Parts: sequence; C-alpha cells; structure tokens
Amino acid sequence: MKETKIFEKPKSMIDVTTHYCPGCTHGVAHRLVAEVIDELGIQERTVAVAPVGCSVFLYNYIDVDSYEAAHGRAPAVASACKRLLPDSVVFSYQGDGDLASIGMAEIVHAANRGEKITVIFINNAIYGMTGGQMAPTTLVGQKATTCPLGRDPKLAGYPIRMCEMLATLQAPAYITRVSVAKPKYTIKAKEALKTAFQTQIEGKGFSFVEILSTCPTNWGMRPVDATNWLEEHMMPEFPLGVFKTPE
Amino acid sequence: MGKRFLMKGNEALAEAAIHAGCKYFFGYPITPQNEIPEYMSKKLPEIGGVYLQAESELAAINMIFGAAGTGKRVMTSSSSPGISLMSEGISYIAGAELPCVLMNVMRGGPGLGGILPSQSDYFQATRGGGHGDYRLLVLAPSTVQEAVDLTMLAFDLAEKYRNPVMVLADGFMGQMMEAVEFRETGTEGLPDPAEWAVGYMKQRGSRALIKSLYLDPEELEAHNWKLQAKYAKMAEQEKRFESYMAEDAEILIAAYGTVARIARTAINELRGEGVKVGLFRPITLFPFPYDPLENLPASVKQILTVEMSCGQMVEDVRLAVGKDRPVSMYGRVGGMTPSVDEIKDQVRKALGR
Repeated sequence: MKETKIFEKPKSMIDVTTHYCPGCTHGVAHRLVAEVIDELGIQERTVAVAPVGCSVFLYNYIDVDSYEAAHGRAPAVASACKRLLPDSVVFSYQGDGDLASIGMAEIVHAANRGEKITVIFINNAIYGMTGGQMAPTTLVGQKATTCPLGRDPKLAGYPIRMCEMLATLQAPAYITRVSVAKPKYTIKAKEALKTAFQTQIEGKGFSFVEILSTCPTNWGMRPVDATNWLEEHMMPEFPLGVFKTPE
Repeated sequence: MGKRFLMKGNEALAEAAIHAGCKYFFGYPITPQNEIPEYMSKKLPEIGGVYLQAESELAAINMIFGAAGTGKRVMTSSSSPGISLMSEGISYIAGAELPCVLMNVMRGGPGLGGILPSQSDYFQATRGGGHGDYRLLVLAPSTVQEAVDLTMLAFDLAEKYRNPVMVLADGFMGQMMEAVEFRETGTEGLPDPAEWAVGYMKQRGSRALIKSLYLDPEELEAHNWKLQAKYAKMAEQEKRFESYMAEDAEILIAAYGTVARIARTAINELRGEGVKVGLFRPITLFPFPYDPLENLPASVKQILTVEMSCGQMVEDVRLAVGKDRPVSMYGRVGGMTPSVDEIKDQVRKALGR
C-alpha cells in the first residue's frame, strides 16, 4: 500500500519549540494562520506585525516578513506598510491588553479608515506576558493579580466587546468572533482566518478575527479546565458569530 | 542659478522632501507646522504617493515605523508637544535602525506652552527624548533655503546610516517666505533597501525582521555597541558648521537656526562700530562640531551663546571650550526673540564697553 502524507507542519511555520505555556492556545492560532498562508500561497508577500505581549515572538514561529511593534500600535504600523506595499498581505496579531487597552485608538481608527489589513485579536481575558493582570476583557468577578477580589464593575467597568463595537463602524468589511478552545471551534476559526485573508486579498477592506483563547497559567487552571471555563464563562459574555460579512 | 520660487518655509520644507524623492507622509495637525501636511495632502496623491492623517502623533510615528520598514523615503513633521508624543516611537525607529526624516518646527514649552517660535527642544533633539542610548542626526537650518538643502540631505543621511534624521527648525522658519531653489538629487551610492526591508522576501530568498527587542543581555549589549559605532562614525563624518568673521574676533557669538541669522545682523552692525565680533554656527547639532571650539584662534577671548531657550546648546559650547575662556549665555524664551539690539548690548556688556 502506498503511503500518503495527510498531515504535516505548515511550510510557513518555523520548526522550533514555542515559548508558550502548556495549554496556551497561541500555538493553535499560530498554526491556523500558517496553514491559511500556505493554502493561499502568499508566504512571500505576507507581512506580520507582532506587538508587545506573549505573541511578540510570533516572528520566531511564522516565517514571513515581520515587524515587532510598540505596545498597541500594530494597526498603525500595518496600515502604513499596506499603503506602501498594496500587493502585500499584512496582518497584525494582538492580545487583549494590547488591542483593547493601550491600542484602542489605533484599532478603532484603522478599522474606521477601512485599512486593507487583517487583525487577529487574541482575547484571553487577561494580561499574559506581564503575569496575569486585569485586562479590558476580564470578566466581571474574574480574579486577576490587579483585581484579587474579582473585577468589580463599579471600579473597573465591564468587559469591552471589540467585535460589537467595531461593527458599529461603516468601513470594516469582515468582523467575526471565533475560538480555538476545542476542535469543533478550531475548524470554524480556520475558516474565519481564511475568509479574513481573502477579504484583504480581494481588496474588500478591513478584516477582524477575534479568537477566544485560554491562558491556563494566569487563570490558575489546568489546561482542560481552562477550555471548559472558556466555554462556560467567556462565550456567554463574548458570543461567537459573524458581525460583518464581506460583500 | 536654477529657477527660484517664493515660498513659505513650511511649504518649502515639504517641497524639498518631495524633491528628495519622499512620496509618503504621515502626521497629525499641530501649529505652527500645519502647512507641511496640508501641502503633502495635496501634492502626494498627484505623484502616486501616500498622505495619511493619523489619529494621533503616537499613531503617526508608528505609521512612520511601518512605512520606513519598507525602505522607501518617508517623513513626518510636528512641533514640540507632538515630538514629545512621538518620542517613544522614535526610540523604536532608532532601535530597529530604520531611515526616516522627522521635522520639528519648534514652539515654546514646557507643557502646552505656546505656538510661537522657540529653540527649547535642543536637549530633546540631541540627547534623545525617548528611552535608551540612541542618537538622532540633527540638522539645524538658519534660512529657508538652507532648510530646503538640509531636508534633501536629511533623506540621504537617513539612508546612509539607517537612522532617523531630524530637521530642527523653528516657527519663524516655518512661517516666513523667502525665495528658494531646489537642487537635483540622486540616490547613487546609498544602501539598497532590498538587503533589509520588508517586501523583498521573494527577491532576497529570506524574510526581513524589523525589531528592537533583545531579551538576552549579551545580545542587547552587542546591539548597543553596534549603534554606538554608527553614532561615532556620524560624529567623525557628518559635523557641519559655519564661521563668520571669526578669524580676528575678540568675542564669538555661538548661535544656531534663526538666532544665528539675527546674530549675523548684530555682528555686521557691531563690526561697523569697530567691535571685533564673529559667529560660530553649528549646522549639525548632533554630531555637535566641538573641534572648532576646542581650537579657537588666539584672538578669541570669550564666547557668548544666544538661544531662544533658557540655555541648552550652551552646555555643548561649554563642553568644547572648557575653562580656558569664559562662556556667557543670553536667552529669550516662550516665543520671545533676542533682537539685534539686545544681542549688540550683550556683546558690549561682555566686552565691558
């Protein structure tokens, strides 16, 4: 019987061990991005922008032209790069502290200008790299090192829903929220990433994929418990779905 | 002589950048430099370039980071408070060794300060502004024509050293009108961006990585020494200054930019009265031309530094002159300007006349 290889590491993924914690879903999201880059055949014209956060080392794992951006500023870096190199495929890959806190102005205005870039937004409801502080997406009651008694909305407001907020803007072409917590979600997440990149390649405008992700280390949970917690607690607050569909 | 145009300083700066091959501008409105982005917003789309008004100076400088990473000629302009906001991004650009041109049309500070001309950002321009051990190449024009010439030079120097270059002008230069001409330019002998910029992966066979993070301290130290070697080369090769009537001077006025121009008129008038006074005008503020002040003619007995600041460049003048000769300082600030008469009085006072 002839052997057929049906599964391998994506070509655009660098063959190294990642620095991510056990059970972290960054690795899954990275792989999906690399698979989509391979399937679309765009490795040599893709540009990644990785800002401050756990994913700043994205460029150690995905083999494409890359920028390391200042905290929150990736959409500004990506906007300019894409305007100067219109044939390239430019994406930023940002965490929730980066995108929804310090970088709120840059993401809103890049979306509002309808920049032909793709933004991948990893929402794990906490600051990962700095060690588990409260994020703008931290759930009410969820404990973090800077809200040890749980997030109190009287003091810290409520979790920000980025997809819903950006969907109020006229310019963005594609806005969706997916997850990679379990395989049934991961399959849809890959489809969303592919749609997002295609939206950009076809010149339709700004595309935004929020990926609900786990951070077992800073949540203080075992990886399996973390995936269940995401389903039970994050999904009701951040419902999966498509908020804007490319025309 | 080529064709001459009567232009407002800010517009001449913008046109000089276009003449130098800059087709990409990112910025945010702030007085007194608004004619630069306004000019760019009209002209750049006509030549297939990009003008983009950022949502803030923070975004603008990070757009410059993204644009400069493609190896194309890019610039932004701002004024003092806006440059403060950009300083973090300038540090990243210096750390990642990206070429770009920054214009600071200085106004009075601190804080919101005022909108009138000033030179109070000398420290910020020459000592950093942002965090970390980095240097900008800083060019200080004294006339609108020189602002044009130095802007065009700035793009070449930025590419030669892969370093941000700042053109440090002031509100006078931005707002006054003068006749200017634009020289022809080329990019022969400058490094090819295909060697390092994004967008050349296919051609190069490997990807580009634009970064400034080195978590390994040995690597970060090596990166710093590499940058320092570059700054040392700039200090060796790029110092520029002008002397005026300095050979037989008893007293030398040290001034740059608009103040040097006012001082020149004062010197002409004082010379008419028989006062032996000359001018030392740095054109590059980093690298500062220390050598001529370290080796002054024997006739020079003292130095008077005049600035539109409370005394910033005077620290470099004192570093160069040492204790051999007295160095005094006269400054007007907040948008106030030293007049010709005030400078003449200061010279007479210094000479005890």
